[in-house]
Amino acid sequence: MLRHIARTLVKMIVTLFVIVTLVFFTTRLSGDPIDYVVGQGITQEDRELLTRYYGLDASVWVQYLRFLGSFVDGQFGLSFVERRPVADIVAERIWPSLQLLLAGISLTIVTAVPLGILAAIHRNSWIGSAVMSIAFVGYAIPNFVLAVFMVLVFAFTLNWLPVVGNGTPWHFIMPTIALSGALIAALTRFTRNAMLDVLSQDYMRTARAKGLPESVVILKHGFSNASITILSVLGLQIAGLAAAGNVVVEAIFAWPGIGDLLVNAAILRDFPVLQFAVLVVAFAVIIVNGAIDIAYAFADPRIRLGRA
Amino acid sequence: MPLLSVRNLRVAFGAKEAVRELSFDVPAGATMALVGESGSGKSATALSILRLIEREGGRIAGGTITLHEDEGPIDITALDERQLRGLRGNRISMIFQEPMTSLNPVLTVGNQVAEVFVRHRGMGRSEALAAARDALDSVRIPEPKRRLAQYPHELSGGLRQRVTIAMALACRPRLLIADEPTTALDVTTQAEILNLIRELQDEIGMAVLFITHDMGVVAEIADRIVVLREGRKVEEGPVGEVFGAPKHAYSQQLMAATPKLGFGSPNPPPAGAKLLDVRGLTTRFMVRGGFLEGHRSIDAVRNVSLSIGRAETLGIVGESGCGKSTLARSILRLVEPASGSILLEGQEVMRANRPDLRAMRRHAQMIFQDPYASLNPRLPVHELVTEPARIHGIVSARDQRDLAAELVRSVGLDEDAVDLYPHQFSGGQRQRLCIARALSVKPKLIVADEPVSALDVSIARQVTDLMLALQEREGISFLFISHDIAVIERVSHRIAVMHGGEIVETGPSQAVLRYPRHAYTCRLLASVPHPDPARSRSLREPLPVVSVPQAGAGARLREAAPGHFVRENAA
Repeated sequence: MLRHIARTLVKMIVTLFVIVTLVFFTTRLSGDPIDYVVGQGITQEDRELLTRYYGLDASVWVQYLRFLGSFVDGQFGLSFVERRPVADIVAERIWPSLQLLLAGISLTIVTAVPLGILAAIHRNSWIGSAVMSIAFVGYAIPNFVLAVFMVLVFAFTLNWLPVVGNGTPWHFIMPTIALSGALIAALTRFTRNAMLDVLSQDYMRTARAKGLPESVVILKHGFSNASITILSVLGLQIAGLAAAGNVVVEAIFAWPGIGDLLVNAAILRDFPVLQFAVLVVAFAVIIVNGAIDIAYAFADPRIRLGRA
Repeated sequence: MPLLSVRNLRVAFGAKEAVRELSFDVPAGATMALVGESGSGKSATALSILRLIEREGGRIAGGTITLHEDEGPIDITALDERQLRGLRGNRISMIFQEPMTSLNPVLTVGNQVAEVFVRHRGMGRSEALAAARDALDSVRIPEPKRRLAQYPHELSGGLRQRVTIAMALACRPRLLIADEPTTALDVTTQAEILNLIRELQDEIGMAVLFITHDMGVVAEIADRIVVLREGRKVEEGPVGEVFGAPKHAYSQQLMAATPKLGFGSPNPPPAGAKLLDVRGLTTRFMVRGGFLEGHRSIDAVRNVSLSIGRAETLGIVGESGCGKSTLARSILRLVEPASGSILLEGQEVMRANRPDLRAMRRHAQMIFQDPYASLNPRLPVHELVTEPARIHGIVSARDQRDLAAELVRSVGLDEDAVDLYPHQFSGGQRQRLCIARALSVKPKLIVADEPVSALDVSIARQVTDLMLALQEREGISFLFISHDIAVIERVSHRIAVMHGGEIVETGPSQAVLRYPRHAYTCRLLASVPHPDPARSRSLREPLPVVSVPQAGAGARLREAAPGHFVRENAA
């Protein structure tokens, strides 16, 4: 088990290094940030001064080494635009994003898992087909369409829910649904398939032959096995949610999170902010995946105890 | 009054009737065997008694199943789900064939046994765990306390089956239904489990409904026997009568087809040159260690020497994990041996390069255990059976159909079979196709790895008869691998007994079986159930314990009698 955790940690560190490198070089491809930092009509001397000030006169490799160095001393530089430390800017965005993400994941798990189990148990009746049809439609709707649709209906027409910001619990409803809609659909389908697999196993028959009530058979004997496969998929899906889903949703609902920050930093070529924000997201994804990996091992004694 | 009465039971899967008008009684405290081959409806009957059949897609279409309790009779077919739950695992329990899959892999053994006590005895968690410990103890599981926290994958097949028995007997049921409980186990483990069931039956005073296809097991354990065929009862009676004088033609056929130890081996072939000569063969597998441990190696086959003459059959017998399949594959270099020499027709297989190896494989073909998995479902028979011949360039596209027709005829199938696909054949017919395919290149040696283990006894008999006939007609040599000594005896001129990756005893079949010298051979022979109730009634002496041979520990064979070799450190 310890060995499994150690291996997971090593993998996480290697992945992080690769991402750091990729992020650094891809951001350099978008053009000269000085164009955005200053207005038109700046003198050549001032321009060069600024370039030196931000360290952009050095070669790409030197900049890369400095960037790597910033992980050692913790100085990630100043924002080109706001002229504040990058870490501060990103830090105040983390919590709102995390709140939204947690809300999305919670909603996904509490709806998708029971729906999936229900669809598996009633696979031959209308209940099963109804659940699967809804899931299919949900899977087909992109999150920005769902978001805009909800804004039109519940905010503008009915005037029930607020649109901008994260001030009250009411603010969470639409962004959470927009964020988790597709994931709920995907996870419902996946839970159903995982449960169908498990339902036909011999040990389920053994459990019934022991005289256990159906609820115990399904949840204790069935779901405990299905949860292993569900966990592995959930890990990947949450990563996608954190990386891509919240960028779109936060932008639409002006949610003051990392996704919103990323979009703005990209538009303004605010490299230090962009780099750092991407790294924070990447780090979050890696942490979640690593955590899922370890949870996975815990759920399956064949991994937990080594050598299946 | 019987404990259980089944009357005119009909079970259907969709429109197909699996059990038709079946009636029988299980007397209290007795052992009743339901015997039949695949498709006989024996498992459907068992599942119906616990009303688990509905879960498997079947339904009880008619008849009654009555359990005579002290408080009065209960018709199981009329119970609702709640009442059934009170019955299952409490008054009637069931154990299943596959101990590997019938326990939940993610729950501890203790948890799985304890939940029966929680459910039926209303115990709290710690009380139930203590009861589970006693239950494991009562099925003779060593260190029961430690087992509670273990998971099924940490236990051997025999121990797992003991756990399922502990679970089934937790509430001291009136009736235990055992559905092929020993079929997936090695013969020595089978003997232990059968003994255990018998002992516990005496202890608890329960009746046992034993479902099996194995007449040897029936003779060993049953008081009465019902023979089923295609869902109908063809014969019923006390076990001695049915075995002594089976009345129905099918029962007679079944008895005749059952391989019996001690019924002789084929006459030895005329002495001739060696076709295959293997010396000191060792095959090693690397086992991945962990993070810092590096790799370990395991010798699956260690220092094995054997030879096969023309038109001779060498039978290799051993239990699961003894290395017999690895040996077969190593000889054809389907897995790469670590060292040793393999002479096939005087040519060194170990030194052959790829093209040489391919040419050599023309002389040595292989047949596998599972005839369902070893035939490509997308190819018609005429392509399937001639494929090796086409690969070796022996047959032209034009002659392919003629060759296919000849081949299917030679394995006793209809010529029309050449246009069909594998799924249109039964298991036995498929194994015939596999043999036909091997024959297509006119091999001198066929390596058959458990070729009849997946087949019903009467079909298995036909397939081994076919192999004997082919040997007589074409002079083919066989390396025949099986866990079933009786089958090995029937087909083999000589026998090699494998244990722990080594051959511990080898010699002419009758010499090895009648005068076994090695302790392991004795143990194996003592474990084989005899399809003769008179002989197997008495409780056996406990089996001798034989340790697995260790590397280098006097790995020499001594000639005990002409041609009869025994591993040196034999007890």
